[in-house]
Amino acid sequence: MAEYNRPQSSEEFHRNFEQKKPLMNDTEAYYESSRCLFCYDAPCVTACPTGIDIPLFIKQIQTGNLTGSARTIYDSNWFGNACGKVCPTKVLCEGACVYNHQDIKPIEIGRLQNFATIRVIESNKSLYSPGPNNGMKIAIIGAGPAGISCACELRTLGYQVDIFEAKDKPSGLTVHGTAPYKITNKEVLAEMDYLQGQLGFQVYYNTPVSNAEQLRDIEKEYDAIFLGVGLGPTADLGLPGDDKENVIGAVEFVEALRMKEHLVQVPDKVIVLGGGNTAMDAASESCRMGAQEVTLAYRRSKDEMGAYGFEYELAKNAGAKGLFNVQPLEILGNGSVSGVKFIKTQSVNGQLQVIEGSEFTMECDMVIKATGQAKMGNLFALIEGMDLDRSKRIVVNPVTFQSTNPKYFAGGDAVNGGAEVVNGAHDGKAAAKGIHQWINNL
Amino acid sequence: MADLSINFAGIKAPNPFWLASAPPTNTGYQIMKAFDAGWGGAVWKTLGVPVVNVSSRYGSVNYRDSRMMGFNNIELISDRPLADNLREIEEVKKYFPDHAVIASLMVESRAEWIQIIKDCENAGADGLELNFGCPHGMCERGMGSAVGQEPEVLKTIVGWVMEAANIPVITKLSPNISHITDPGRAAVAGGTDAISLVNTFKSIVGINLDTYAPYPEVDGSGTNGGYCGPAVKPIALNMVKELAQDYITKNTPISGIGGIENWRDVVEYILLGCGSVQVCTAVMHYGFGIVRELESGVLQFMRDKGYNTIEDFRGKALPNVKEWKDLNLKHKVVADINVEKCIGCQLCYAACEDGAHQAIALSGDLNIRIPSIIEENCVGCNLCSLVCPVEECITMVKRDDGTESLTWAERTQRGDVPVTFNDPLAGGIGHHVPTPEDAIKTFKNRKI
Repeated sequence: MAEYNRPQSSEEFHRNFEQKKPLMNDTEAYYESSRCLFCYDAPCVTACPTGIDIPLFIKQIQTGNLTGSARTIYDSNWFGNACGKVCPTKVLCEGACVYNHQDIKPIEIGRLQNFATIRVIESNKSLYSPGPNNGMKIAIIGAGPAGISCACELRTLGYQVDIFEAKDKPSGLTVHGTAPYKITNKEVLAEMDYLQGQLGFQVYYNTPVSNAEQLRDIEKEYDAIFLGVGLGPTADLGLPGDDKENVIGAVEFVEALRMKEHLVQVPDKVIVLGGGNTAMDAASESCRMGAQEVTLAYRRSKDEMGAYGFEYELAKNAGAKGLFNVQPLEILGNGSVSGVKFIKTQSVNGQLQVIEGSEFTMECDMVIKATGQAKMGNLFALIEGMDLDRSKRIVVNPVTFQSTNPKYFAGGDAVNGGAEVVNGAHDGKAAAKGIHQWINNL
Repeated sequence: MADLSINFAGIKAPNPFWLASAPPTNTGYQIMKAFDAGWGGAVWKTLGVPVVNVSSRYGSVNYRDSRMMGFNNIELISDRPLADNLREIEEVKKYFPDHAVIASLMVESRAEWIQIIKDCENAGADGLELNFGCPHGMCERGMGSAVGQEPEVLKTIVGWVMEAANIPVITKLSPNISHITDPGRAAVAGGTDAISLVNTFKSIVGINLDTYAPYPEVDGSGTNGGYCGPAVKPIALNMVKELAQDYITKNTPISGIGGIENWRDVVEYILLGCGSVQVCTAVMHYGFGIVRELESGVLQFMRDKGYNTIEDFRGKALPNVKEWKDLNLKHKVVADINVEKCIGCQLCYAACEDGAHQAIALSGDLNIRIPSIIEENCVGCNLCSLVCPVEECITMVKRDDGTESLTWAERTQRGDVPVTFNDPLAGGIGHHVPTPEDAIKTFKNRKI
């Protein structure tokens, strides 16, 4: 059943994770860009969380103003290149393209966007410079999409910016948590280098901020603080056997794949628990790593999955099988996992109920939990006066991204509970403006 | 049974699809290949004293992803010895006795004209075409458009030719002139058998933004070229109409040239009075094979309309091409948007709002993108239907019942027209115009 052989080298790994949105060549970009209608008040712009002026950047590609096109993109979104690749464009800009209404293929906006941004990145063409130093210092915790975007924007406004990052690379889940067929590490990091080279923010890597003392020091030294800390590790299932060997969180699994590539050992039989996009990614990735039987087990029906339809299709095409209306009861095994005990479920008047006596066991060598990440509640508890909502997300002003502790601003997954790179990029940029307004009493 | 064969001013051909005098007709080899592919005639690349050409000769205008919407060249007439061309004319006529081979000519002196006409007749040419159109290079030497722009000189040379020629003569006109009827009438006065038009338009197709030289570039410089291709068709069609309606030139056969690429173009030229058409750019773009589309399309048109010959529909559009003053002012159309087809691009809104008459409204709800027509503001200009990217989505619907007709000419006769600056008879009196506040809504605080 499996279409993929186990990758034995980095080269084979990249072959199995062939890029879903390969770079356009000049000719393809020329023809594709010419199809754009230049809609009035274009719906693709409305659908983009960062509001990129898409018809304009496409027109600029068409007229041979590639640098201007990249500037249009970066003016709205500091993760311009990454978003072209990792955004779920089918449900955002490309899903809003008016061509869809006449069953015409929508404009390939994501790939056109990369076509423009990759040129300035590869030629290291400078588009921005730091604003005149205004003497203010801002600390950013977390170098993910929100943190880096906030840093870039603040630098253009003349702030000194220091970022504290727990890991050893910038861009957060873009480099650590994206399915490898969406974007390569090299491409993600090239954009980060490109931005840092122009704007000169400081990043302290391997520097997690986790205790009260660190926070007090930061509060003393900086004029405002932006929290772009994202989410924590995969949450425990709370099932017997959760701690067995080869039971791994999806986020941790993807990170291992992206960092160690073919060196990650994926056994023959894999069960992925969950129905969101991360579950789809994990299933698809297991197939591409050479697993023979990959089962996507979700406790509700297929139609109730949180994942985008095209992500499920992608997982199915890679060889994964869906198993619906099953709830895990126990993870079995002697030391290492050997199977999962499920019980069947059904929906009664919208309520999920287990079907008594329907327990069954499915064998496997690995369980990937794509059932959600923990929140960074422990860190937030250390910050005075910062309100959280019931899901332990930071409460912020939706325009300025200021938290209820006025010195703290926040954005990205820590605020929205887990969304796309593009949402983090938007929040970080907006928060920078919020900080600027607050500091200057605008 | 539809028959495409023609007799154009005494030149017979199996169909009206001819190759214009240009690079595709440079050799007997090309012309035989073209006849084999289905072309009915060919006007040989202009013969004269052989020239020397530059390298880098063509330039083009692309429109978005469409290549060569407009095309120009700075190539001169034939650079091959006359004897070679004459020998090949003989060869072509041997293989294709029923196809039309026309020799295009451009020389200076009367003696040269007489000599080259005899040579071409001896080689078996079916007709002659006088090149008074070329707007680059040759005109600097007193030939080509230099003749086409001087009706008196043109008439004199046509006179020399008519005295010497025993085969039909077509005079090819330059469009680089204010009134095409001036050289047209001169050609008729000189005794020409037929007219062909248009030759190319003097043009600069673009400037290289790094070298600041015009295209096509010749070692860092350029010169004006001759412009042709689909972009020039509308201008050429109007010139054809001018001659087809002029009381002096209207009985002279016209061979139509300018941007012909498909069967519709051919039919349009014929409907405006042409007895044959000539094609160059389309062949330079797609090769001789495109004649299949021309032939199939014209034949189907003839079958659908019940025509047996080209003559059956030649000139049929001419009575409908009138002066503005004779158009019916009572005719009224308004735009109609098919909401089933509309994709919500709102190009019609932007065009009407900014570019025309503010007669299209948005819903005011971001989720409802289908605009609507404000019928009382709609003047029936067609703009929205022209910009709409969806087939048959915006149509113009007739609102008058067709019983009334009143023209500007008639109103003038009655004294029923505006004559003073604020005349109450002004057509736009009471037209809706939004307020200044609506125009400057993003500058709310602007002081006046």
